[in-house]
Amino acid sequence: MQISQAWIDVAYLVAASLFILGIKGLTKPKTAVRGNQLAAMGMLVACVVTLLSQKIVTFEVIIAGVIVGSVVGALLATRVQMTSMPQMVALLNGFGGGASFAVASAEYLKGVDGLVGIIATGAAVLIGAVTMTGSLVAFAKLQELIDGKPMGFPGMKFVNFLLVAGSIGAIGYMVYQPGNDMVFWGLVAAAAVLGLFLVLPIGGADMPVVIALLNSYSGIAASAAGFVMGNSALIITGSLVGASGLILTQIMCKAMNRSLTNVLFGVMAEAGEAMDADEVYAGKVKSSSPDEVAMILETAQRVVIVPGFGMAMAQAQHAVRDLADSLEANGSEVEYAIHPVAGRMPGHMNVLLAEAEVSYDKLKDMDTINPTFEQTDVAIVIGANDVTNPLAREDKGSPIYGMPILNVDKAKTVVVVKRSLSAGFAGLPNPLFAKDNTLMLFGDGKQAILDITTAIKEG
Amino acid sequence: MEFIAMLALFILAIFLGFELITKVPPTLHTPLMSGSNAISGITLVGALLAAGHGDNQLVQGFGFVAVVLATINVVGGFMVTNRMLAMFKRK
Repeated sequence: MQISQAWIDVAYLVAASLFILGIKGLTKPKTAVRGNQLAAMGMLVACVVTLLSQKIVTFEVIIAGVIVGSVVGALLATRVQMTSMPQMVALLNGFGGGASFAVASAEYLKGVDGLVGIIATGAAVLIGAVTMTGSLVAFAKLQELIDGKPMGFPGMKFVNFLLVAGSIGAIGYMVYQPGNDMVFWGLVAAAAVLGLFLVLPIGGADMPVVIALLNSYSGIAASAAGFVMGNSALIITGSLVGASGLILTQIMCKAMNRSLTNVLFGVMAEAGEAMDADEVYAGKVKSSSPDEVAMILETAQRVVIVPGFGMAMAQAQHAVRDLADSLEANGSEVEYAIHPVAGRMPGHMNVLLAEAEVSYDKLKDMDTINPTFEQTDVAIVIGANDVTNPLAREDKGSPIYGMPILNVDKAKTVVVVKRSLSAGFAGLPNPLFAKDNTLMLFGDGKQAILDITTAIKEG
Repeated sequence: MEFIAMLALFILAIFLGFELITKVPPTLHTPLMSGSNAISGITLVGALLAAGHGDNQLVQGFGFVAVVLATINVVGGFMVTNRMLAMFKRK
């Protein structure tokens, strides 16, 4: 059965509407599952009508590709651990960019003409390839296949500038002198290298921003591919995803008090020498024991748990939930304070705690929870550091000054569960650890939480 | 499709995207990212057209790569988003 192009276009419109309704569903946890299903249904509609198009003459390659892709996709989706979601999303971003790049390349080889067609093809190849290789670097950094520290060489920015200028030049050349395949492949190579060079110099702590931005790129690449093919479904959907990634990028930058340019091209100000860790900590840090912490918690009315990437590393989310359960059984009120950049991607902590079956209405964002710390008896910081550093609020000379933080130091008692006094990503000492009302509980995050819970149950 | 019509779609969809996505709560930002990943797998439509193109092997080759990558995005993205969202519960 084959259907006319008009019906196919109508079906694409239906698919795009289902995507919009799907994203609308994601605005509430209650309707989110349904939203995701609506979006999946939209995808099914779009694919089925495409298969009915007269433009498709052979099916062997399609069937092979769909089988391989489905198996790999299903395996990834079912096997991935929640702690590894940032890597998974980075990888999916890369595949999305790669797919748009491959589609645009195929269109180029079929022959595109006209100003719009060639510029759109060039843009889809450029953005798609940058997204692909850039995301692979982000994946490798998050998966710790390569060092998470910023990597680069002198003059890298200049080389990147040349690559961008060269790519734009190549697209311009393709417009005026169509048909030179060498120029096209040169563009592909330049874009692929550019993707690597753009992400390599960005450090592990900035990965939330990078993933969000690459998410946006993968959408824009799909949109550009839509311009190449004159396909409304690709244009609408791509720009929705592009906008989504851009908003998340903005949120992340704001939460770190840094501009996007600063994240992408700058390193953090090196003002570390003004703050000597030994001076901050000397004689003031109080080390505590699980029993002592349990005793304080037993009388606490209100407890706020502040998770960070360390909780994910220690896989401590279930232990944290158990602790919260025993505290609640004791009559305490327990809430969770989630900083926007806690973890390695937007919303990472929420997913981990949801996995441990923490009710989502107990997960509070920074603006909601900050005014409540003064009425909080105990704040338990687990695996978070920079997002609790009072220097961001108090020390104008500090490189993190102005970054919004969780005001845990306002709680009556602060318990910090941490392996050592080592600095966080910002490389700064944290005066919170030396405060009068702070107790340090050194050790593995998961074990420490388990020990406190045991002590509470025995007490 | 005319260029100006495509551009209109593009711009309007970006505005719509901004309006919609600012309403997604921070709690759901990770599923939003994996879900929008799945949706951006719409490139699969273009990939199917390229892979089903009969006469040029290189076009089909790129089509095959595009179909594989986009299908991973679609299948993996929707499944993992569903897995995550199913965990968000209120007690």
